[in-house]
Amino acid sequence: MGPVAAFLAGMKVTFGHFVRAFFGGKGEVTIRYPDEMRVKPQRFHGRHVLNRYPDGMEKCIGCELCAGACPAHCIYVRGTDNPPDEPVSPGERYGFVYEINLLRCIFCALCVEACPTEAITMTQLFEMSTTNRADGIYTKTELLVNPDGTPNHMFTDDPYADLGELVKADGWMRAAAPGGRAAYEGETAWTPSAGIGSRPPEIGQSEPLEAEDEAEAEAEDEDSTTDG
Amino acid sequence: MDGWDFILIVIRVVVIFVMLMITTLLLVWFERKVVADMQDRIGPARAGPWGMLQTLADGMKLFFKEQITPRKVEFGLYIAAPILATIPAFLIFMTVPFGRPFTLNLGGEPREILLQGADLNIGLLFILSMSSIAVYAVVLAGWSSGSKYPLLGGVRATAQAISYEAALGLSVIPVVMYTGSVQLSEIVEFQRANLQFLGNVVPFIPNWNLFLLAPSFVIFFIAAVAETNRAPFDLVEAEQELVGGFHTEYSGLRFALFFLAEYINMFTMSAIAVTLFMGGWSGPTWDGVLPALISGVLPTFWFFAKVVVLLFVYVWLRATLPRLRYDQLMEFGWKRLIPGALAWLMIIAVVLAWRQFGNPWS
Ligand code: SF4
Ligand code: SF4
Repeated sequence: MGPVAAFLAGMKVTFGHFVRAFFGGKGEVTIRYPDEMRVKPQRFHGRHVLNRYPDGMEKCIGCELCAGACPAHCIYVRGTDNPPDEPVSPGERYGFVYEINLLRCIFCALCVEACPTEAITMTQLFEMSTTNRADGIYTKTELLVNPDGTPNHMFTDDPYADLGELVKADGWMRAAAPGGRAAYEGETAWTPSAGIGSRPPEIGQSEPLEAEDEAEAEAEDEDSTTDG
Repeated sequence: MDGWDFILIVIRVVVIFVMLMITTLLLVWFERKVVADMQDRIGPARAGPWGMLQTLADGMKLFFKEQITPRKVEFGLYIAAPILATIPAFLIFMTVPFGRPFTLNLGGEPREILLQGADLNIGLLFILSMSSIAVYAVVLAGWSSGSKYPLLGGVRATAQAISYEAALGLSVIPVVMYTGSVQLSEIVEFQRANLQFLGNVVPFIPNWNLFLLAPSFVIFFIAAVAETNRAPFDLVEAEQELVGGFHTEYSGLRFALFFLAEYINMFTMSAIAVTLFMGGWSGPTWDGVLPALISGVLPTFWFFAKVVVLLFVYVWLRATLPRLRYDQLMEFGWKRLIPGALAWLMIIAVVLAWRQFGNPWS
């Protein structure tokens, strides 16, 4: 193609798009946020929550593994021994200070992968703009879900923050934590893990395997019922 | 010249000034919308109907922003550059007729009111000289900023301006030779007749220079794009290489002036192309059929309609073409455009001489 022909071909492409958009009103790829919301992928990395067990106990055991894993050094955890008469977590210790500086967080979810108890997970909420820096630091008050499983937010009256997104789980890889059936090891399975209690399993996850030994399947089923 | 003449001049100048400001507002919006459509986006959509007031908002933002003055600037020239860019931009348009003159009874006698800032008898020369002055603004801005990217932008501007101004001037000469005038109102008047030769057969084709001098028009338009530093010839402010080019060190209102000048220049260059090649404000007015007011406004409408078509081409080019490399720019200017313009000029000269003096062998 000579330069003039190439030039005309290019001009034709843009003009075609113009006609299509101007007269047909079609072809635009813009999503008019915040009037329209993009459908977020299941693995979306949004704001963190700290989860509880179904009985209301906090999952966090104050081990600081998340803080160690965090590449942005934005997690601050202090653990202390559980009071023997009214324990906060089922473990030996619990996190009595838990802060994340979300202005520094890069939403990599390494903290989620590091956590041994699935205490910290991510949700789909991403609207966290603030007008001062102090509001970027989320403490245990906002991060920890309520005993009934409802999440907290710093700006509950924020018109753009859809708090429903806080209960939509990020779905992180179960293979990263000691949960799920051994038969599914290496496969990507999703656990909607925000809030408390157990969630419906992934399709096919709770069905017994055909080729498996009956007894083995039973033993494993028992395993997974004790699983959070 | 009495009081009324003076008032009329002042009114004309103010009207043109306001018109250019409004045009710039709409032009920036127009460009953003059209480019958005071409790129499958939606463009500004929030401020005002269809985002029309977006430019106003941007302009107000620039107006209230801090004007940072870097330490190493040559202060006098640094301040003068944006002013030097803006004034010629306004002055050029002053010579362009944008509507049919009409008569009005003022102060007891009928006066002809031109829809034109000033009907200079050297109109075209004035335009060419003013557009050269506008280049100084870019050069001075680059030089006085005291930093390397603006300097590179300024150096590029010099080279580009020299290369393309030659082509611009050469492409205009056939028009002058053909119409026999450098006064813009006369050039428009010349094109109002029916097309010569063909016009006797198909009477409604206007005598636009575009038809007979098409190569001139193409060269003029390309050179005009280069003169206004628009894509694909925007090497002067190539963002990816030179940050902002000559206006890197400008902020706030001073930057806004450069921005304003660029868009006014774009509009004026289209207006001049329309005047020289597309009959200016001429067009069917249906005098006597339509009310006098509408017939009087129609020429202005035709003028702006033609300008918008050319502006669309400007924007269309910008949305389509990548920026030229520097050597390509120079090669295109010196090896294609200028020889082409010269050859075409000679052809026209020979043809016109032939028509005027008859066969050379007779
Ligand atoms: S998502 Fe990444 S950056 Fe953010 S707190 Fe967790 S580990 Fe740190
Ligand atoms: S959130 Fe998980 S990793 Fe972090 S301190 Fe608590 S239990 Fe440990």
